[in-house]
Amino acid sequence: MTETNTLMPYDEVLARFEPVLGIETHVELGTASKMFCGCPTGFGAAPNTQVCPVCLGLPGALPVANEQAIESTIRIGLALNCSIAEWCRFARKNYFYPDMPKNFQISQYDEPLCSEGYLDVEVGGKVFRVGIERVHLEEDTGKSTHVGGATGRIHGADYSIVDYNRAGIPLVEIVTKPIEGAGELAPEVAKAYATELRELMRALGVSDVRMEEGSMRCDVNVSLMPRGASEWGTRTETKNVNSLRSVERSVRHEMERQGAVLAAGGRIVQETRHFHEDTGATTSGRSKEEAQDYRYFPEPDLVPIAPAREWVEKFRVDLPELPRVKRARLMAEWAVSDLDMEAMHNAGAVELVDATVAAGAPAADARKWWMGELARRANESGTALADLSITPAQVARVTELVASGALNDKLARQVLEGVLAGEGTPDEVVAARGLQIVNDEGELSAIIDQVIADNADAADKVRSGKVAAVGALVGGVMKASRGKADAGRARELILEKLGVAG
Amino acid sequence: MSLTRKSAAELGRLIASGETSAVEVAQAHLDRITSVEPKVKAFLHVDAETTLRQAREVDDRIARGEALGPLAGVPIAHKDVFTTVDMPTTAGSRILAGWRPPYDATITRRLREAGLVFLGKANMDEFAMGSSTENSAYGPTGNPWDVSRVAGGSSGGSAAAVAAYEAPLSTGTDTGGSIRQPAAVTGIVGMKPTYGGSSRYGVIAFASSLDTPGPFARNVLDAALLHEAFSGHDPYDATSIDAPVPPVVEAARQGDVAGLRVGVVKEFGGEGYQPGVVARFHETVEVLESLGAKVVEVSCPSFGYALPAYYLIAPSECSSNLARFDAMRYGMRVGDDGTRSAEEVMALTRAAGFGPEVKRRIMLGTYALSSGYYDAYYGQAQKVRTLIARDFEAAFHQVDVLISPTTPTTAFPIGERVDDPMAMYLADLCTIPTNLAGNAAISVPCGLADEDGLPVGLQIMAPVLGDDRCYRVGAAVERALAERWGGDLLSKAPAL
Repeated sequence: MTETNTLMPYDEVLARFEPVLGIETHVELGTASKMFCGCPTGFGAAPNTQVCPVCLGLPGALPVANEQAIESTIRIGLALNCSIAEWCRFARKNYFYPDMPKNFQISQYDEPLCSEGYLDVEVGGKVFRVGIERVHLEEDTGKSTHVGGATGRIHGADYSIVDYNRAGIPLVEIVTKPIEGAGELAPEVAKAYATELRELMRALGVSDVRMEEGSMRCDVNVSLMPRGASEWGTRTETKNVNSLRSVERSVRHEMERQGAVLAAGGRIVQETRHFHEDTGATTSGRSKEEAQDYRYFPEPDLVPIAPAREWVEKFRVDLPELPRVKRARLMAEWAVSDLDMEAMHNAGAVELVDATVAAGAPAADARKWWMGELARRANESGTALADLSITPAQVARVTELVASGALNDKLARQVLEGVLAGEGTPDEVVAARGLQIVNDEGELSAIIDQVIADNADAADKVRSGKVAAVGALVGGVMKASRGKADAGRARELILEKLGVAG
Repeated sequence: MSLTRKSAAELGRLIASGETSAVEVAQAHLDRITSVEPKVKAFLHVDAETTLRQAREVDDRIARGEALGPLAGVPIAHKDVFTTVDMPTTAGSRILAGWRPPYDATITRRLREAGLVFLGKANMDEFAMGSSTENSAYGPTGNPWDVSRVAGGSSGGSAAAVAAYEAPLSTGTDTGGSIRQPAAVTGIVGMKPTYGGSSRYGVIAFASSLDTPGPFARNVLDAALLHEAFSGHDPYDATSIDAPVPPVVEAARQGDVAGLRVGVVKEFGGEGYQPGVVARFHETVEVLESLGAKVVEVSCPSFGYALPAYYLIAPSECSSNLARFDAMRYGMRVGDDGTRSAEEVMALTRAAGFGPEVKRRIMLGTYALSSGYYDAYYGQAQKVRTLIARDFEAAFHQVDVLISPTTPTTAFPIGERVDDPMAMYLADLCTIPTNLAGNAAISVPCGLADEDGLPVGLQIMAPVLGDDRCYRVGAAVERALAERWGGDLLSKAPAL
């Protein structure tokens, strides 16, 4: 698709327009089995191996709703301050597409399970309330791969292959109300909302919310309204944005693109758009000017959902601490600033630090490693912090080894490197790489004697009272011991050997 | 008496006692099929080898002393809408020609476990849409009473197979009368259980909220035995009722109507009803009175709207249910020559694979569900459905069962109504209200019409989960009329 987007500078967009956003988020629930059959849901299995007559839509097969998925949806609704329907139905959304086995999707239409809630998010220390229109339950489709052709889409492809493993995985759709009044913070509010929602899903334990694997996907609606106007502009819907950063970038880009179109006297086409991670730009997809008629009607193969009030109340009582509340508590417990907390939050480190503290590490140490060395490595390899192959318990063990004097920071970094490289647990890495601090006084003493002999000039300077010159000798000891010596003890011993009082 | 003339209950006893074997019984029926099938054309698929293998397995199980039900070893034909792992399943459609399902329907699985032996798959209107089996992509079935006439539909093959002594039992499905109407016009017993009382899992869907599998047999007790054999809660069907199966076999054995309150539906009669049908119906009412039943007339004012409501709801659901036949995963595929898109292949396949009646209903349903029309059509029809359920509810406060002719006319000649869908749809006038309300109803033979000598059916309707009442009244009528006729009605049928 060749398409050049002229952009308007962001400040100018804000001067002339007010952005209005809307976000639809799909979250794959982490249930053991699919929404309407007993097939497993694990990610990454060989194509079309997790299928049965029901999720393949074979003639005669019938759906039976997964109770665990209904429970998870109700818990999500409660955590989002929604009302839970006392009676509601599934509906069929009819349209033809090869990755949809029945050529209809079992979803919910005018009777969502949860409605009318909100989620508070924090941007720059300010709380912003995002209204939730509805939360409903549906089934995922299969996954199509279009082979050949330039765009990777069905049009122009030589052929397409479909994997139905994903077909029928329970999917929760969370739809916001229009988000108005965010102004210049609109892209950040969008990102903060997606971030908060993701953490909420984790806290509830309902999904692994891995955006890169598609278990959480955002469709971001953006429109611009000229300042002073009372009617919203035409919106575009950027589909399947699959990282938090992309949520922010896609909003900003659409604002800048739409601003330029409107300023040039053009009109915004109501359409879906695709976001490109590499360029940060969106390109035109399918026009939505002619609304597709999905011919919704109540799903006759399923019975209505009528959750008992006591059941719902039990979930309400058992809701976990919400992420934002938890962050406030942790901020106090860890004695960190607003900014530090926000940095941890944005880096996705809060849960990791918390788990590391729970595994016995002091908060300051846990934060230091996750936000320092580990964040750096995650950044280098382009992975999320949580996806590094190291556990909070292992990080806690490293801090313990440092505290006991068995490791210094430099060695600790090497241990972390070893764990990340898959060499085993911290203790295994220490043993395998021989990373113990040299605290055998005899060995250390021998190294020092050798270093003094090799650096006679420096030794003389120290003897003559220039104590600062001891640094070169300590450096020599560290080098000779390949970093394993305890630098403080080495300094003491050198001064002692040279007859100088430290 | 030849094995094929015996009742299912009798065959079950003879096999259990070792006086005959499942193989011998199966072979007798296969021979009968070979001899009459060229005229009747009740079957789409017969495979003697598979049938005899199943029969041998049942004989082995019996020999091992396995505890099987009263129908172990008894042969059965299945409407070709039930999936079977060892036989193709086409739903009477070209689009599924040769399709071999990888799984058994709950009903076929349960019957296999109970030791029934499958003779083959019976002809039907394509996707169960029709009242004459003329909409089968594989040609019509002849009525064993007169093979130039229809056997009813959509389960015409199942009914004809039983009436022609090709099978003692068969399964069918009833969406608007598709068991009761063919049973009536072929002179046998056909039961539509309470919706949710028989599992739909593995039954290729026509209209999900109406489809109800049920039994065919030549007598009421056999139907009850089959009904009981496949019933019970099915966790694979969300609409399956989790309640004890009504005591249908006991009721069929009892057959006592003394003191029972019977309501004659006032709205079912008059213009459009064949005189011979009306005459036999009135005689049967007198028979019930003579047996001690209290007969009153009951009005169900909303029943007049049942047919139009049905022809909105059933097509709406079918337009969605049949969307899956798209050439992508199974069945027929047309036009896939490497140049066409998936959408084009889907469209070409559906154009070639579906017959005219199926297309008509898909289009009707697609239209009725369209945005802007939904409320006026589908929504309104659902309201009518509620009114009909209320009519039944009110009626069952006054009476224990309701009765009517099963169908306004006897079997009509093949070809007579194919170009007149409205005339065809009227065949289900009396049976449709029960499907819309989800309650139980049976058709039992009540004589031959004077003008054409063809069978007439009596419909007995009971409340939801009152299936046993259908059998109780049906058995009473059956017994009284057999005395009058000096045997069962089918014995009067001309030889094939």
